[in-house]
Amino acid sequence: MTSKINTYKRFFSIFLLIFSLFMGFSTNLSASEPQEEGAEQAHVEAAAPGHQSHEENGPVDISAIAIEHVSDAHSWHFWGEGHHSVSAPLPVILKTNNGIVFFMSSEFDHDNEGKVVVEKNGERFVMFEEKIYYANEVPNEYGQYITPIIDEKEVGVSNAAPLDFSITKNVTQMFLSVLVILWIFTSIAKAYKTQGVTSAPRGKQSFFEPLILFVRDDIAKGNIGHGSEKFVPYLLTVFFMILINNVFGMIPIGANLTGNIAFTLVLSVATMIVTNINGNKNYWSHIFLPHAPKAIWPILIPIEIVGILTKPFALMMRLFANMTAGHIIIISLVGLIFVFKTIYIAPVSVAFALFIDVLECLVAFLQAYVFTMLTALFIGSAVADHNEDGAHNEDDEKLVAGH
Amino acid sequence: MNLFILGSLIEPAVGLIFWTTITFVLLLILLGKFAWKPILNAIKTREKGIEDALASAENALNDMRELKSNNEKILAQARAERDNLLKEARDTKDAIIAEAKSKAQADADRILSSAREQITNEKNAAVAELKNQVATLSIEIAEKILRSELSSDEKQKTLVNNLMKDVNLN
Repeated sequence: MTSKINTYKRFFSIFLLIFSLFMGFSTNLSASEPQEEGAEQAHVEAAAPGHQSHEENGPVDISAIAIEHVSDAHSWHFWGEGHHSVSAPLPVILKTNNGIVFFMSSEFDHDNEGKVVVEKNGERFVMFEEKIYYANEVPNEYGQYITPIIDEKEVGVSNAAPLDFSITKNVTQMFLSVLVILWIFTSIAKAYKTQGVTSAPRGKQSFFEPLILFVRDDIAKGNIGHGSEKFVPYLLTVFFMILINNVFGMIPIGANLTGNIAFTLVLSVATMIVTNINGNKNYWSHIFLPHAPKAIWPILIPIEIVGILTKPFALMMRLFANMTAGHIIIISLVGLIFVFKTIYIAPVSVAFALFIDVLECLVAFLQAYVFTMLTALFIGSAVADHNEDGAHNEDDEKLVAGH
Repeated sequence: MNLFILGSLIEPAVGLIFWTTITFVLLLILLGKFAWKPILNAIKTREKGIEDALASAENALNDMRELKSNNEKILAQARAERDNLLKEARDTKDAIIAEAKSKAQADADRILSSAREQITNEKNAAVAELKNQVATLSIEIAEKILRSELSSDEKQKTLVNNLMKDVNLN
């Protein structure tokens, strides 16, 4: 037994060693490149991917590919590059000054560099780095209808942008996941109705029932205690929404929805709303009338108020960062092959990518659990009848009964 | 590092926020109505069923225990009663035997005493008869002797002489 653990430890330390070595190499490579050309040149390069170095057989900008890979997109890309890429077009919905504009993303003709102009309702649009802008009248020297900002501190595009309500890749996956979730759980609900409750769960039911019970008993009842039933549907929805989308995100062509900050923002704001509208007298008195000398109230009360926001903020960042980091690690490992331009690194890359993939399977469940558990914890702290010690216990129950 | 797309990574997109909010709220409502409610109710029903079954099993066990203790009580009672009956029977038997014995003794005593009495009577009668016969025989013998003694004069004289000799004329 101990020898087995030692083997794992050794494997893991070798992995770490090699991994950190490679990381050192790749950052050195990418860091040393732009410095030779000067800062301004680098910004132009960045803002003009048409001149991306990999087309000229130069070093590959893995970080750009990785970030592109975890970001949202207006079409569902499967494989291929540029004009040869195979992707499913998705609807683009824009709220412009003249109203709603609707067209398919295929009208951009795989362009992501601001070179193809789409004209609708007398307005002209270009897409640059998966973002849609109003197009310039004339193209610049690279054939782009945008004005890149070339600045010491930031890079970007100075063109105005319409409000983008497009059904992007992430939105599409979210709709698909919702359909899958609805199908799974309504059919489970039907199974309970047709088979009755006395027979043992079967099929999907036997996989999801323990998860449902886990959320109900361990997450909800464990953190909220008395009156947790009210919050179980919310917690279950959050748990399975995150879990299913984490799993979808792990499928190679899947979208990184749970690693998108907009998605995690909505979920954590929902948690914040649920927590605060259910906050009882104790919760609010803990914030505005803390059990502390009045002299330090001016410090304590702002901290408590900020605390209302930091809790969901931490939820948002944790899920986003965990899922995105996992995806970036995998693409970085695969990217090593292209950075070193040798096939001999492939076994190492594949082995480590597989390791991280397996780890991501765990993380998919873990992050769904952590998000739901912390949500329950926050709700629990808002609805609990606290004693001075802040812990919910039998004395509280007696206190409540006494009142 | 392309800072532009990195920036887009941590900048929440309005469109996705919009669609996520709508989808999430709809999902919450739909799942709450069509999935969580029936599922949680079903699970609760089952748990309640299990609880009830356990409780009724416990009750049945208690009932059985009570029944068993009742049975034991009844059995003990029956045993005591049986013992009582046996004891009574034994007593009665002893009494009957004792009575019979004493009655037999009395009868035997009575029979013995009457037998003894009869024997005494018979003996007395036999003695009386013997006495009578002895007397008769004695008289007959005396008669015969007298007759033979007084058959001749001579003999009468000798007798008188003998008698005279015995008589002392003092």
